[in-house]
Amino acid sequence: MHLNLRSRIALRLAMALGLAVLYVPLLVVLVNSFNASRSFAWPPSGFSLRWWQAAWQEPGLRTALWTSVKAGLGATGIALVLGTMAAFAATRHRFFGRQAVSFLLALPIALPGIVTGIALNAAFRTVLTPLGIGFGLFTVIVGHATFCIVVVFNNVSARLRRLSSGSEDASADLGAHTFQTFWYVTLPAVRGALFAGALLAFALSFDEIVVTTFTAGPGTQTLPLWIYDNLARPNQGPVVDVVASALIVLAALPVWLAHRMSAEAL
Amino acid sequence: MHRSPVRRLAGALHRRPGLRLSALLSAPMAWLVLAYLGSLGVLLMSAFWTTNDFTSQVEYVWNTDNFASVISDPVYRTVALRTLGIAVGVTVVDAGLALPMAFYMARVARPGSRRLLLVAVTAPLWAGYLVKAYAWWVMLSHGGVLDWLGGTPGFGVPAVVITLSYLWLPYMVLPLYAAFAALPDSLLTASADLGARPWRTFRSVILPLAKPALLAGSIFTFSLSLGDYLTVQIVGGTTQMLGNVIASDVTLNLPMAAAVSCVPVLLIVGYLLAVRRTGALENL
Repeated sequence: MHLNLRSRIALRLAMALGLAVLYVPLLVVLVNSFNASRSFAWPPSGFSLRWWQAAWQEPGLRTALWTSVKAGLGATGIALVLGTMAAFAATRHRFFGRQAVSFLLALPIALPGIVTGIALNAAFRTVLTPLGIGFGLFTVIVGHATFCIVVVFNNVSARLRRLSSGSEDASADLGAHTFQTFWYVTLPAVRGALFAGALLAFALSFDEIVVTTFTAGPGTQTLPLWIYDNLARPNQGPVVDVVASALIVLAALPVWLAHRMSAEAL
Repeated sequence: MHRSPVRRLAGALHRRPGLRLSALLSAPMAWLVLAYLGSLGVLLMSAFWTTNDFTSQVEYVWNTDNFASVISDPVYRTVALRTLGIAVGVTVVDAGLALPMAFYMARVARPGSRRLLLVAVTAPLWAGYLVKAYAWWVMLSHGGVLDWLGGTPGFGVPAVVITLSYLWLPYMVLPLYAAFAALPDSLLTASADLGARPWRTFRSVILPLAKPALLAGSIFTFSLSLGDYLTVQIVGGTTQMLGNVIASDVTLNLPMAAAVSCVPVLLIVGYLLAVRRTGALENL
């Protein structure tokens, strides 16, 4: 589109301002984690690595990180199986209520986290507690899996819709049975979508805090719960800063992976 | 000829699509219906029970008192209206920021840098909700960066709007970028040929075509803000949103929490139904 110089400059400025708004707060957190003083007063008083050392020695932090990883892997595993099954059903079959199925899958992520959280909390209290199953890692995984299914479902169905059934028919014509065709032909073709879905599901679970609050029970602490808990404590500010900085740096990993995957797909 | 059970099962599944479909659907549907719809059902049911004021025990007597007090109690009404106002404010701020950004990315930037800009805008999504809310707590606090730059609004409603807008901005940029990138050049050229200046072309040609994408983005900014309660706890000072009211009622008065949580759900469902006609849901 042909734009005059003034509108070009205005748009360029708006873009630069937008990027600045997106990145300045994250950079401030990063810089602050090396701040020598305990307070958040800006500008920082000097450079120091002591808060990174303090965070490394924090015992509750490592436990929380490990709990988060376990919860993420559990939820991702369940979501991968159930989301893939639902995706095959919704793309390879026409049946009454197909729209309702995708609506139902999206519901846990469409409704506010607090509603999903207290609904699961109420249900677990009524159903699981009398059975002797208390709140803990298991209930967290159940809660997380419920809203992770939809991201696997979306990724896999998008891939399946673009995949013609030609090679599957050929496989069947050559004598492979349903499971062989699935294992040797269909699965390799949707591998990228499965990986993308799993990555998103893990990220969602790893970041989730609201549903976790209401499904975790007193003894289970995921990383976001640890951060939230320590935000309120007066002397833990610098350590929270270090954890937040580490998470910001770690966020580059999925970005790089997603970038590489989309580059492969092109 | 002897056939293995695996092959026999595969054959049965191949011959009967109905069997295949039920085998595929039963597990995910069982999970969602039992674990999720069941839970929502329990929650909705409990909205019709009452809590004993003295013992905090739930009494299983069917009544609609909770809904009556949600509607009539001025405290709930104030909180609901404040939450709605914040959600609308966040949507407006994000639309204002995202429109020029998405337009620049899709139409002005060189094709080579488009992908890079797209990555730059979406990358903060991976940094995590709490990290970003915390970053704004640092930015907005007294003696913090904004204070140093000239002045901070402090912790309150403006801080909540700023932080929520920051959190959901990429969700608004992405659909707008896709819509702007898909605009046919011929329409823009035709508008210019007919004598329209860029601003006029933007208002009369581009904006109407981008409306479904704008609404798609607003579904995220609006719904996510309506249900939020952690950002307001971190940067909101003493401000209360619907989410806080629900969260504080959960342990002591679950029936009331259940009744209050119907408010954001109804607002979100209403908004989804309203924008469905415009085709925004296909742009998600």
